[in-house]
Formats: sequence, structure tokens, C-alpha cells
Amino acid sequence: MLRLSLGLVTVFAFSVIIFSTFSFLPGDFATEILGQSATKSAVKALRAELGLDKPPVTRYFDWLGNVFQGDFGSSFSGRSKVQGDQGDRSREVVGLIVPRLKNTLFLTGVAAMLAIPLSLILGISAALYRNSYYDRSATGVSLVTVSSPEFFTAYIFILLLATLFPVFPTISNVDEASTLAERFYRTALPVFTLTLITMGHMMRMTRSAIINILSSEYIEMAKLSGASRYEVIVKHALPNAWAPISQVIAINLAYMLIGSVVVEYVFNYQGIGRLMVGSVYNRDLPVVQACALIFASTYVILNLIADLIGIISNPRLLYPK
Amino acid sequence: MTLNKSKELLLEMKNIHIDGFSDERWHKILKGVDLTLHRGEILGLIGESGAGKSTMGKAAMGYTQPGCKIIKGEINFNGIDLAKLTEFEKRKIWGTKISYVAQSAAASFNPAHRLMDQTISAANRLKINSTDVLKKDAVQLYESLQLPDAENIGDRYPHQVSGGQLQRIMTAMAMSPRPELIIFDEPTTALDVTTQVEVLSAMRSIVDKFNTAAIYITHDLAVVAQMADRIKVLRYGEEVEEAETRDMLSNPKEEYTKSLWSVRSLIKPEETNEDYMLSIKNIDAAYGSSKVLHNVSIDIPKGKTVAIVGESGSGKSTTARVITGLLPQLKGEIIFDGKKLSPKLEQRSKEELRRIQIIFQMPDTAMNPRQTVDEIIGRPIEFYQGIKGKEREAKVIELLKMIELDETFLDRLPSELSGGQKQRICIARALAANPDLIICDEVTSALDQIVQEGILKLLQKLQKDLGVTYIFITHDIATVKAISDEIVVMYQGEVVEQGLKSKILNPPYPDYTELLLSSVPEMDPDWLTNLLNKRSS
Repeated sequence: MLRLSLGLVTVFAFSVIIFSTFSFLPGDFATEILGQSATKSAVKALRAELGLDKPPVTRYFDWLGNVFQGDFGSSFSGRSKVQGDQGDRSREVVGLIVPRLKNTLFLTGVAAMLAIPLSLILGISAALYRNSYYDRSATGVSLVTVSSPEFFTAYIFILLLATLFPVFPTISNVDEASTLAERFYRTALPVFTLTLITMGHMMRMTRSAIINILSSEYIEMAKLSGASRYEVIVKHALPNAWAPISQVIAINLAYMLIGSVVVEYVFNYQGIGRLMVGSVYNRDLPVVQACALIFASTYVILNLIADLIGIISNPRLLYPK
Repeated sequence: MTLNKSKELLLEMKNIHIDGFSDERWHKILKGVDLTLHRGEILGLIGESGAGKSTMGKAAMGYTQPGCKIIKGEINFNGIDLAKLTEFEKRKIWGTKISYVAQSAAASFNPAHRLMDQTISAANRLKINSTDVLKKDAVQLYESLQLPDAENIGDRYPHQVSGGQLQRIMTAMAMSPRPELIIFDEPTTALDVTTQVEVLSAMRSIVDKFNTAAIYITHDLAVVAQMADRIKVLRYGEEVEEAETRDMLSNPKEEYTKSLWSVRSLIKPEETNEDYMLSIKNIDAAYGSSKVLHNVSIDIPKGKTVAIVGESGSGKSTTARVITGLLPQLKGEIIFDGKKLSPKLEQRSKEELRRIQIIFQMPDTAMNPRQTVDEIIGRPIEFYQGIKGKEREAKVIELLKMIELDETFLDRLPSELSGGQKQRICIARALAANPDLIICDEVTSALDQIVQEGILKLLQKLQKDLGVTYIFITHDIATVKAISDEIVVMYQGEVVEQGLKSKILNPPYPDYTELLLSSVPEMDPDWLTNLLNKRSS
């Protein structure tokens, strides 16, 4: 419960930071859209229409109140520019975000399903055969993947799997009509990129968590009571490693989501990250705020889940004395 | 200790050589040790740390720790040479034919599983009996080991039971598959004396009951005397001597064997002093919301040694923390040399800090591993006395001489010192502040008997030369006899008794002092039997 409320406080604090950051940015949507030659009165009129003339604190609480009701406001761009035009073309932020959020969740979800089991298996096996050539090459390669920036990894994949050996498309444009198989095919390269950038860290941390536990006395005891290698790892080491491992996974899933901003841009994938970049460019405040808030809450939720796993997997916390 | 033991050979280890890898090179741990064990017989394996006794015990299973390897030798168990078996074949013997009871039960149980599941896991692997049968049997074992609530204790997790109980459950776990041999590796070393008695008697009776052979590894001769039929003494990876328990105790052949109980022969004449260095009055202290000290009052006479004894959890170390200011008291006051000390460390003057020093139990963790001896001892000299440069170096060397080391140690790191040398450096560090009161918190309990003796003698010599006052915190009565003038007995955060050594160690005793004193193992193979008879009558 304490963790949950702390999480809420974090999200709230984030919302303040997000809101104030964008409020203090030079220039706003009005000057941006009307161009440099705009008359002062035109800018003023547009500001009044968008509510930008109100003081920031008022705007913040208006926005927050609406967010609580599930209303993230309307996007600035695409709204009717002509006064009195009945056909309001302004788009609800929610309507704009939801399909893209689904796309991003699909992308990161697939990448996570690939990355988590792979890094667990690699990490555990590297721990088992510690200091072997296999272990050394696995940890060495993972260090390279962790340290390369995501756009670099993405371009390497494009070079290898799209240009030199054209297996997958470089542009991952999917729409409502795409079938599942099509989606998998088109998102292959961004999925690979996201997998690779997070796998290294997860694998290394799994390895060190297991190695740490393998040197403890109850592991020697398990060996001396005749437990097989498999039993030692799966029955004796792993249950004690879930807490650190789940923490690392949570951090990396969050990192994956943030990494998707760059990766979606590179592969022109219609996800929330790309939407955010575009909206920042346009000073489209409601959209940017909503995206940032989603990122922040995902991070908090993932960490909460990791904490929960840590508690459930530890009898010390689950069953007090 | 049945006399009609069969003479059927169970284990025969011949010419065992084992090397270990540490500090970038291979060391010899065992240099050709032989060992024989008959069915139903208990062999005591004793020696100091580094003697190779634990390695030998594990080698009896054909197991070596990571970083060690068997160079040569035969390990014939029931006619099979364990040294020649593969890992896979050995696993069929481990836990079922030979089982192992480790020193630290708290660390040797997997924290993630219930005790019952761990108790029967090895027997379950045999697939002879169903899980239900095994569980019933385990409950019976728990009962015969006198565990409370034997029916349900197996449903708990390791952190939910006490250390003494865990050690007995581990014995049940070892016994569950009815092995032919059990290796007990220092099973009671981590326990309080009062708990040790219970665990020892439980282990002895169950081993007797099933006529299981056992190797009992310990550094405590008095303990092994209660358990073993025969005793083998190891030193530096070689055998010193081997004899029947009674012969060994009444007539040890080697000088080294005699020295193993030398601390017990060290006795200091008591003296007291009406002038108090430190008085603590009506102290209450707590960690968070749990109160650990209740109305504790102790007087420490100037230039004398007061031993605070009690089992773990009795509040003796907490008392030390309160005196040093690490844990401010809730109530009561501390008078140091006639002046009231502020409870909080931050509010004490540098001079007050200088005059009270503390030496800890584990010299390994009490020193910065990256500092040289010169830096470790030199810093307090500089900090408290403001002496620098050449003068400081001279002072460090003087201190090293005082602790019977010399200037060749100046550039060494703690990792390049033996356990006893490390503790000497810690003593020198405390002396560097030129203190009036030194609190010694279990300073000898991590050390071997002979090294203990050296440290205790050194502390006595320093007291005579420098007139420092000691508070000596310990659970070991032999150490108390060796060093103290006065004794304070603590139990569950309260002072049971305080007085001159002769008064405390002689009847009439309050109940708790009686229990504590009678639980200290004596160098008499019949001690445990007599004690149990006396207690049950």
C-alpha cells in the first residue's frame, strides 16, 4: 500500500515537471503555427482560443482535472482554424494516442517476450559455465550491445537485414488493416533492435545474481545432499534470484519503452514515441503531456510489479516471524 | 558411546593430498592424511582453522570445495573409491549414503523453501518411500531431537526458527535418508553454550539410536570429548596424533595437543578498585521499537578488567554500543571518569572519544582492506594527537613492538596477515589513541585456542604496563577466567549479577548463572552424560 501511494506521488510529481517544462519552453503553438510574419493580434486570438493566455497554474489544474476524468484534451494541430466553422476537425488526444499506444505496446511486448526468456537463459547458462569461452563471449558481446546507442544498432540491422540481405522491410508502417503475420514481418527490425539493446543488461544482471547465490552456503549444502546441477539452479538458486532479476527486467522494459522513441523514428513506425517526437516539434502540448505521462506511469507500474514479485518470492517478507 | 561397536570397516581414506588455489597460486591443504572409520563409530577431527579438518571431512564424501582438488589418495567408502567416481555417480551417494551437517545452519538452509521440504528432499530422491511416509518419519525425527511443536515446525521457513532449532532440523535432514555416515562440520560452533548442550545431546542420542557412523569436526576439544569414540588431531594438513578419547584427554602425547586447551589453564588473580573509570546507571536502550536493555547499571573499576558474559541476545554488545555513543540510550546516564557523557556520539568531544576505544570481534571486517598497517595505526595517532611525519612513524613502530610485531609489517595489507596478527593490529589501533578504557567485543572468539592465548596474554601485559581499563565482552567462560577481575552476567537485556570473579564463579549461583556455567563443556568425556542426568533428576 505504501509503495502504491508512493507510486502515485511519483506520477503526480512527474505531471508537474512535465507540465512546467513545456510551459517554460520558448515559443508556443501559436507562434509556431502562424509563422514569423504573423500579426500580434492573430497570435493573441489563437492563444485565447487554445487557452494559452491563462496563467500556467490555472492551466495545470484544468488539465489535471480533465486527466482524472480520462480526458487528455484536444490536440492543437488539426483543429479548425476558421472561426465559425461548424465542422470541428480538432482531434481528441485520447483518440490520437490509443491506436499508437497499441502499436507501441505491440512492438515492445514482442521485443520483451523475445528478450526476457533469451536473457534469462543466456544469463543462467553463463553463470553455470562461468569463465568458460561461452561465458566470456556472451558477456563480451552483451557489453557491446549495451554500449551501442539504439539508433546505431538500428542502422546496423538495416544495413545487414534490409540492404545487404533484403529480408525485412526498413519501414515498419502498419495500419488497422494489417494482419498479425504482416505486423510481425514489418516490425521485425525494430523488435530486434529493442531486444538487443535491453538483452545485454538483463543477461549480465541475471548472470551476476545467480553467481552471487551459487557461492552461498545453502548451494553447497544442496550439492552435498546430492542435488543435480539442474536442481541446484532451478530449485535452489532461481527462487532466491527472482527479486534482483525482476528489478532489472522492470528497468529494462521501461528503458525499452523509452528506446522505442528513437527506434520508432528510425523505422517510421506509427507508435507513441514517434507521435511524441512529432508533437514536441509542433509544440502540441496536450499530446506531449499525455505521452510523457504515459511513459512515466508505465515506469512506475513496472517498478511496482517488480517490487511485488520481490515480496512474493521472498518468504521472509511474506511470512514474518 | 556404546562399547560394543562393530569392527566392520566403513570408510578408509589413504594418503590424502589436497591442493587449494588462492592468492594466484596453489597451496597444499592436506599432505597425506589417513583416516579409518568403522560402522557406528564416531571420530572426532580437531585442529585450528587452516588445519585442513573441514577439507578432510568434505573429502570423506569425495567432495572438494571450488578451487580445491584432490591430488592423490584413495577414499574407500564401502569398498568404492569415491575419488574415482564421476560427479554423477557421487551424487547418488551424497545426501543418501553420506550426509553433511554444516556449521552455520542459518546460512545452509535455502531461505526460499519450507523446512519440511528441505528435510526430506534427499530421502525423496531415493524413491523408496512416499512423501507422506517420509514426512511422518521426519516428524518423529524432530520429536526425538526434542524440537518444540514437532508436528508443525516443518511448515515454517528457515528464518522463522532459532539457530539451535535449525541445527537440530539439519541433523534431522541428514538422518532422514538413514545414511551410513554423517559428517558434522562444526555444528555447534555458532551456538550459545546453553543451546550447544541441547544440540549436542540431541545429536548424540540420535546417532546412537540409528548406530550411524560419524565424523565430528570441531576446534573445541571439550565438545569433541562428549561426542567421539576416537579423536584425531590435525595441524597444517598433517596428522599430529590419534587416540581413543579417554586416552587423548588423560594423556596427550604431543605438545601441540596439550596446547589446544591452554587458554583453559590461563588464570588471572583478581583485584578490584573502589575508584570507577566508568559507571552506567539505569540504562534503557532500544533498536527502533524493540527494547533491548532494561535498567542496566554497571560499574567499571579503574585499571581493571570487567567481563560481561551472556548468550547472544542478552544485550552485552548493545551495552558496548551505548557506552561508545553509537546507540544513544533512552534513559539513564553514563559517568566517565567523574564526568557525565552525552548520549550522542556527535556531541562528545574529541578528547572523550579518544579516551574510549573499541576492538571488534572480526578483525577482517574492522579494517579497511586497502590500507596498510602503517595507515591503519598511524591515522588515530595523527587524528587524536596531531603527531605527523617521522615522529608519527616512530610512534607506529613503537606500537608494533608493543603488540610483539615489528617494522617489517608497516607496508602490509590486512589480507597479508594471519587472524591473530590482524587482531593485534586492531589492538594497536585502539592503543594509538592512548585510551583509558578499551571495550573488547568478543575479540578472541574468532581465533584459535593458541592464538587466543597469545592475545589474552598481550592484553594483560598492556594493562600492567599502561594501566588501561578493559570491558571484556564474551560468551566464553574460559576467557573470562583467564582475564577478568569482575564479572557481569547479563540475560535478556538485564544484569543478573555483578561482582568479583571468585564470587560469581562459586556457589551459590542465581538460576541463570548456574545454567550458563554448567553448560560450558568440560574436558571430561562423561561431562555431558553427567550433566544431563543431573538436569533430568
